[in-house]
Amino acid sequence: MTVQQTDIIKAIKDRLGAAAQSVEEMKNNDIMVVVEKDSLVQAMHTLKTGEGLRFTTLMNQLGADYRDSLAVIYNLYSPTLRQKVTVKAFLDREQPEVHSLENLFRGINWYERETYDMLGIRFAGHNNLKRLLLPEDWSGFPLRKDYVYPESYGGIETGRTDLLDNPISAGKSHV
Amino acid sequence: MSKYSTQEMVLNMGPHHPSTHGVLRFILQTDGEMMVKATPDIGFLHRGIEKIAERVPWQAFMPYTDRIDYLASLNCNLGYALAVERLAGISVPEKAEYLRVIGAELTRIGSHFIGAGAMLLDLGAVTPFVHALRERETFNDLIEMLCGARLTHNYVRIGGVSQDLPAGFKEKCLGFVDHLEYEFLDEFNDMISYNTILINRLANVGVISAEEAEDYTLTGPNLRGSGVAFDLRRDDSYSIYDRFDFDVPVGSGKFGVLGDSYDRYWVRIEEIVQSCRVIRQALKQMPESGEVRTKLPKLFTVPAGEIYVRTEAPRGELGYYIISDGGKNPFRVKIRTGSFSAMTIIEHLSQGVMVADLVAIIGSLDVVAPEIDR
Amino acid sequence: MYSAANQIYIFLHDKLAGHGVPESAIIIASYAIPCAIVLGIISGIAGMLTYLERKISADIQNRVGPNRVGPFGLLQFPVDGIKLLLKEDIIPDAVDKKLFKLAPYLVFTSTVLASMVIPFGGSFIVADLNIGLIFIIVVSSLLVVGFLMSGWASNNKWALLGGIRSAAQIISYEIPTALSLLTIILITGTFSMQEIVMAQGPWPWQWFIFHNPFTFITFFIFFISSLAEMNRTPFDFPEAESELVSGYNVEYSGMRFALFFAAEFSSIFITASLATAVFLGGGNIGMHPYESGLGWQLLMVGVFFAKAVPLCLVTIWVRWTLPRLRIDQMMSMCWKYFIPISFVCLVMTAVWMLALGGDGMLWRMAQR
Repeated sequence: MTVQQTDIIKAIKDRLGAAAQSVEEMKNNDIMVVVEKDSLVQAMHTLKTGEGLRFTTLMNQLGADYRDSLAVIYNLYSPTLRQKVTVKAFLDREQPEVHSLENLFRGINWYERETYDMLGIRFAGHNNLKRLLLPEDWSGFPLRKDYVYPESYGGIETGRTDLLDNPISAGKSHV
Repeated sequence: MSKYSTQEMVLNMGPHHPSTHGVLRFILQTDGEMMVKATPDIGFLHRGIEKIAERVPWQAFMPYTDRIDYLASLNCNLGYALAVERLAGISVPEKAEYLRVIGAELTRIGSHFIGAGAMLLDLGAVTPFVHALRERETFNDLIEMLCGARLTHNYVRIGGVSQDLPAGFKEKCLGFVDHLEYEFLDEFNDMISYNTILINRLANVGVISAEEAEDYTLTGPNLRGSGVAFDLRRDDSYSIYDRFDFDVPVGSGKFGVLGDSYDRYWVRIEEIVQSCRVIRQALKQMPESGEVRTKLPKLFTVPAGEIYVRTEAPRGELGYYIISDGGKNPFRVKIRTGSFSAMTIIEHLSQGVMVADLVAIIGSLDVVAPEIDR
Repeated sequence: MYSAANQIYIFLHDKLAGHGVPESAIIIASYAIPCAIVLGIISGIAGMLTYLERKISADIQNRVGPNRVGPFGLLQFPVDGIKLLLKEDIIPDAVDKKLFKLAPYLVFTSTVLASMVIPFGGSFIVADLNIGLIFIIVVSSLLVVGFLMSGWASNNKWALLGGIRSAAQIISYEIPTALSLLTIILITGTFSMQEIVMAQGPWPWQWFIFHNPFTFITFFIFFISSLAEMNRTPFDFPEAESELVSGYNVEYSGMRFALFFAAEFSSIFITASLATAVFLGGGNIGMHPYESGLGWQLLMVGVFFAKAVPLCLVTIWVRWTLPRLRIDQMMSMCWKYFIPISFVCLVMTAVWMLALGGDGMLWRMAQR
């Protein structure tokens, strides 16, 4: 970890204060910041516009299912500091909801739609939270770990059978 | 209430559409010839690659990364391999690094031919597209010599590349690169790039300011076409790109306004020249002999952790966010592609332009369906 | 007024009137025969042009083109025609059936009707109307009705858009076309096609294209405007394949589609013939067209085709080289550039005629 990275971590800790649960070094010139979901918008705003921070480029936004909770993860980059930062917020499995960051980064619109589509995380304040990649009437959120493949969709059977006509469950990996 | 009123027309463009951008669908609301809005409808090519990643071992996911952008497979392979190697601390032999760079730059050239060519095809210039495809045939032959496949390369492995250079590759590659830079591109540009009709179709169309480009997370040639000089190979360097000397072409409002479609097209043409330079240097510097692959067990595990690695693919930034829980399969792989962010800006750009301009804009942003849908 | 129909009538009357063949049959035959011959020739040439287009485009694009069907692929176009004839005649359910069926015939008829007055050299002209040039201009306007009909009747928004754009384009570009042709009328004083050809001479400096600098400009305006009339690239917006999926003829299949296609290629040849006859002195070798022997007349036909065919090839060449213009750029080019330029040329030619008498610029030079 370079001296500069230590300084940046300290700066982030200072600026975010209580909002950040932990700020740690991460592989590949990255810093992992875990925040409370309620202070997510505030933290992102500070990171983007803060003096000496300026993480203005949103590289990526994703959701993940950590088995006991869901999480929403943002990857930011600061061209001036040449430093990446990853912001993670854990969400409740039953009702995963977090505020949309559309005001900060206009391009995050579709990323949030995809996260909703794949994991069911709702983004409050999003102007068009509909499914993006899957058909409108799809049920279930595929990237969740407890996702069960549907037996049929639109009247078409989704299962396969082996040579003896025994059904092969779609959920089994064949590796 | 006036006796006469006009009604908006709702048109459906796609998914079957004679453009080579893949299976894309747009719902156009037009008022005669001017568009009110174009709403993209994606998902026709969604294959659930991210879900598949959770069920196959680390090494076995490599062929799936080919299909993320099948017009530039090697670059997609490279990003995934880099991410896993950095997370697991696997080293890569010297010769393999050079082979990866040569393959990646060749793929960039091949992909730009299709990207620029498809846009020209949409605008009615069929001949330059066919000429570009003819050059891409040589690229296909070279890659076939290298890894045996013409489209979905699957050449990069975690820890190196799959096999060494065959005999005769170096000469053929150098010949191809020289032919491109000194013969083909001059003729191509004379034929179409400086053509007044093309300039009238592309200049001042679909102008994206640098601010807008960053706001909508555009990357790659789309971002550079708006004047932002940011190239991951130079500014967030990975692999051995810091050993090579190349320029980063940036849009400059050559025939119109900075950030219009012509700039994005011209950046791609110039990038072909720069890739030729890199390939020449790499071929010269590459060690003659050496290992091309670190030995790894077939089903290896990667220590727990998270990492985000991004590379410069021809269509933008290709980023892999990988979460590992120490198991044989990845825990979560998120693939961030350049075409996905380029699609988000189309709805915004399409307000108040003509239908013909929409086609030019989509072509100049170089979107392909597999990258958007994964 | 000379007309081939007349000649055939006289010939048949002499031969058959005494044998009890009714008069009406002779009249019908004397009209039908030259029309059928010309229809056959024009269709044959149109088919040949489709083959040439494929071969030339292949050459430009570094490919081979058709080379399997017959020697050098020459039988490709009859085989394609037969294939289209044998296709199932699909008429979608929701179309306006009468208009849908009528439109291709209208389009084809309007293009081929113009060939009735094209002077193919010598006495080979179906009817040398004394309003020949105006007849051509008028008859090619029927095209608009045909396109609008096909776009509307197809009950398809894309076809409608294509039809409307096509109509707007053709109507606009008719004006520079007509104006350029009228510039020549100032010089000849007659609309009759055969007389226009005879007013020129066998040598290039006696052609109307070199008559004065304004007719030179007018030739190019005429050529480019007729590219627009024919919906060829760079003006093929109404049928832009990659944008509109073939525009107004998207719902047509089989022979109906073939008629649209044949109409486009026949109009290439007819435009080239018109340009040859009016600007390039088509078929004129200095001898009288009606009184020369058959050998000389065939030579005149040969000269005519030698001038018309390169113009067809240029049309094909332009299509595969240039991208297409956007509709508003096309319209602005017509109304803001071509029409003013044609007006200026018209007026200046009139001034030239007044000031310098009727002789061409180069002919005067040649006379010294």
